[in-house]
Amino acid sequence: MPTYHPQLTADGQLKHLLSIDGLSRAHIERLLEAADPFVSVGDREVKKVPLLRGKSVFNLFFENSTRTRTTFEIAAKRLSADVINLNIGASSTAKGESLLDTLANLVAMNADMFVVRHSESGAPFLIAQHAKSGVAVINAGDGRHAHPTQALLDMYTIRHYKKSFHNLSVAIVGDILHSRVARSGIHALTTLGCPDVRVIGPKTLIPTDVHRMGVSVHHDMARGLEGCDVVMMLRLQNERMNGALLPSAHEFFKSYGLTAQKLARAKPNAIVMHPGPMNRGVEIDSPIADGQQSVILPQVTFGIAVRMAVMASVVGA
Amino acid sequence: MNIEIQNARLIDASTSLDRAASLFIAEGQIAALGDAPAGWKADKTLDARGKVVCPGLVDLSARLREPGSEHKATLESEMLAAVAGGVTTLVCPPDTDPVLDEPGLVEMLKRRAGALLQARVHPLGALTRGLRGEALSEMVELTDAGCIGFSNAHQAITDTQVLFRALQYAATFGYPVWLAPQDAYLGRGGIAHDGEVASRLGLSGVPVSAETVAISTIVTLMRDTGARVHLMRISSAAGVDLVRRAKAEGLPLTADVGIHHLLLTDRDIGYFDPQLRFAPPLRAPADRDALARGVMDGTLDAITSDHTPVDDDEKNVPFGEATPGATGLELLLPLTLKWAEQVRWGMAEALARVTASPARLIGAQAGTIAPGAPADLCIFDPAAYWAVTRETLRSQGKNTPWLRREIQARVVTTLVGGRLVYTG
Repeated sequence: MPTYHPQLTADGQLKHLLSIDGLSRAHIERLLEAADPFVSVGDREVKKVPLLRGKSVFNLFFENSTRTRTTFEIAAKRLSADVINLNIGASSTAKGESLLDTLANLVAMNADMFVVRHSESGAPFLIAQHAKSGVAVINAGDGRHAHPTQALLDMYTIRHYKKSFHNLSVAIVGDILHSRVARSGIHALTTLGCPDVRVIGPKTLIPTDVHRMGVSVHHDMARGLEGCDVVMMLRLQNERMNGALLPSAHEFFKSYGLTAQKLARAKPNAIVMHPGPMNRGVEIDSPIADGQQSVILPQVTFGIAVRMAVMASVVGA
Repeated sequence: MNIEIQNARLIDASTSLDRAASLFIAEGQIAALGDAPAGWKADKTLDARGKVVCPGLVDLSARLREPGSEHKATLESEMLAAVAGGVTTLVCPPDTDPVLDEPGLVEMLKRRAGALLQARVHPLGALTRGLRGEALSEMVELTDAGCIGFSNAHQAITDTQVLFRALQYAATFGYPVWLAPQDAYLGRGGIAHDGEVASRLGLSGVPVSAETVAISTIVTLMRDTGARVHLMRISSAAGVDLVRRAKAEGLPLTADVGIHHLLLTDRDIGYFDPQLRFAPPLRAPADRDALARGVMDGTLDAITSDHTPVDDDEKNVPFGEATPGATGLELLLPLTLKWAEQVRWGMAEALARVTASPARLIGAQAGTIAPGAPADLCIFDPAAYWAVTRETLRSQGKNTPWLRREIQARVVTTLVGGRLVYTG
C-alpha cells in the first residue's frame, strides 16, 4: 500500500506513465509543452532527433492494436531509439507463460522502456513494480482503466484549438463504461481545470458513481451537447452492440450517434474528436467525421508528438 | 496429565468471565477455575503472567486444500497454522478436488486430520454432487461420515428449483445448509465492488444486488421449506439489513463475516494490489461500518478467517486475474482484536464472535472454559507485536494484505483436549 503514486519518483518526477490519475496539473502542462517542438519534427526532411539514441524501446502488446503500436513505434524512431515490437498476445501467454516470466525474459534483454498494452486493468502497474529500476513503463492502454497518452494527445488537441481549459464545456459520448479513453480524458480535463465535463450515454454504458470523478451524467444526447465547446466521441466495440447492453448498433446510432442535427446543439465552433478507429454510422455520421468541425486527423498527428514528449520525459532526456 | 495455568487473565464471554485466576486441567477437561480441586497435583505448570487465556478459536471457514491442491497447502501445514493461530476447531468447506461429495473422502479427511492430533476438523459436505448445482449429494451418508452441514461453497446454485429441493431435503433431516449469498449472474465477470473505486480503476463490478437478490431468494425458500440456513460471508450494509429482518421474523438463520471485510474496503485496493482481491469483494466504507454494527448487535453471529491459501503464481498477476482470498488462520485472533480496538468494542465481546458464538452455531462442545468443557484453549500475549512475513507464517499460503506488516497479539500456547499442541 504505497503512499505516493508508483509512476512518480520520491521527489515527484515522472519515471513511468501509468495513468493520468495521480498526475498534477503541472505534470500534464509540462508534457504538453514538451510536445510543442516535436510537432514540427514530422514536417522536416530528416524526421529525427537524437534524444533516445542508443535506447531500446520494447512495444509489449498483450492485446492487438496496430494503430497505437505504430504511433509509438514512429514516436520512438523519431527520437532515434531502437524499437522492438512484441506481439505477446499471440505468443508467450498463449503458451501459458506468466506475465512476470515474460517480463523477466525481456528485462534480461536490457530494455530501457516498455510500452505496454494489456487487456487487464492495472497490468502496467504490475509490470512497473517488477521492472528493473531505471526501466520506464508507458501504459498504452490497460483494460478499461487508462490510456494516458491518448488523453494527453486529446488535451494537446483541445489546447491547440481552444487555447485554455478554464471556460470550456466538454462532452464525452458513448460507451463510457468500457472506455479507458474516457477515464483518462476525464482525469486530464478535471486536473487541467475544465469546469464542465459531461458524459453522455445510456445507463447500461455509464459506470456506477461516475459523478464522483467530477462529471455530470446525461442520457439525452441533444441536451447533453447544449453549448459544448468540445465533443469527444468514443468507439463502440463490436461485442457491445448486440446483447444485454444495447439492442443494436442501429438503435445506438439513433440515440447516441453524432449527426449534424445533434451537433447543432453544441457551439458553432465546437470541435469533434474521436480516438479511432471509427465506426461510421454507429457512433458518428460520416459527413461529421469528415466535416469542418472534425479534428480527428490532427489528433493523430499530435499523438506522435505527444508520445515523443512522454518517452523523452520518462527517460529524463 | 494434570496441567495448571497460573496468573492468567481468563476471558470467556459465554460465562461472562474476565478475571485473573488459575485454571486447572485434568483428563482433557477444564477441572476448575480459581481454587484447585481437592487433592490437586499438577504434572505441568504454565505461567501465563501478562497473557490472556481464552477458549480455543472456532473458525467457520478454513480451506485446508486437501485433497487436490497440495501444491498450495497440505493438511500438515494448514493444521499447524490453525493451532499456531489459536484455532482449535475449524469448519472446512467442500470445494476440494475432488469435492467432498463422497462419504469416503470425508472419512479420509477426518482420519488424516484426526491423526495429526491438532485442531478438531468439521467438514461441510457438498450440497450438490460435484458442486454442479444439479443433483443432490447423499446427505445422510455424508452426515454419517462426519459432515456437520452442507454447502455449495462459492458455486452459486443457479437453478432455483435445485436450491429449493436441496433445502427441502436437508430440512427433512434437520441438516443446516451453508450458502454463499451471491447471485451468479449479477456478479458475473465482476472482480471488485461496483462503486466509485471500481469505476475509477476500470474494474468490472459486483453490485450489492448480487448479494441482496441471493439473500432474498434464500429467505423466501427458507419460509417455504423450513430449512436451517447459515449465510457465509455477508459483505454489504443491505445484506446485513436483510439478515437482521429475517432473524426478527424468527427464521432459523445465522450468518458470518470474513475478518478482512471488517477491516478493509475497496479503497485499500490502491494501485491494483491483488492481495486485496476477495470473494465476495471488499465493499465501501459504509458497508464495512454496517458489518461492524451487525457483528456487535448479533445479526452476524461469527467472524471467520475464511482461510484460503493462494500460491504466488495466482497472486503475482494483474488484479482481475488474481485468485481471490488470503491466508487467515494465524491472523484471525490478532485481526479480530485489532478490529475490536478500532470500533471500540470490548476484547471479551469480540473474542466471543470467534469462540462461543461460532461454537454454538455448529453445535460443538467448544468455545467455553467452563468446568467440564474440553480443555481447548488459546493462550496469547495481547501486547506482543510480530511481523507477518513469509517466514513467520506456518501456512503454506503466504499471501495476505498484511504481509510485511506488524500486528499486535501473538498466540503463545494452544491446547486441544488438554494436550499442548502448539508452543510459540
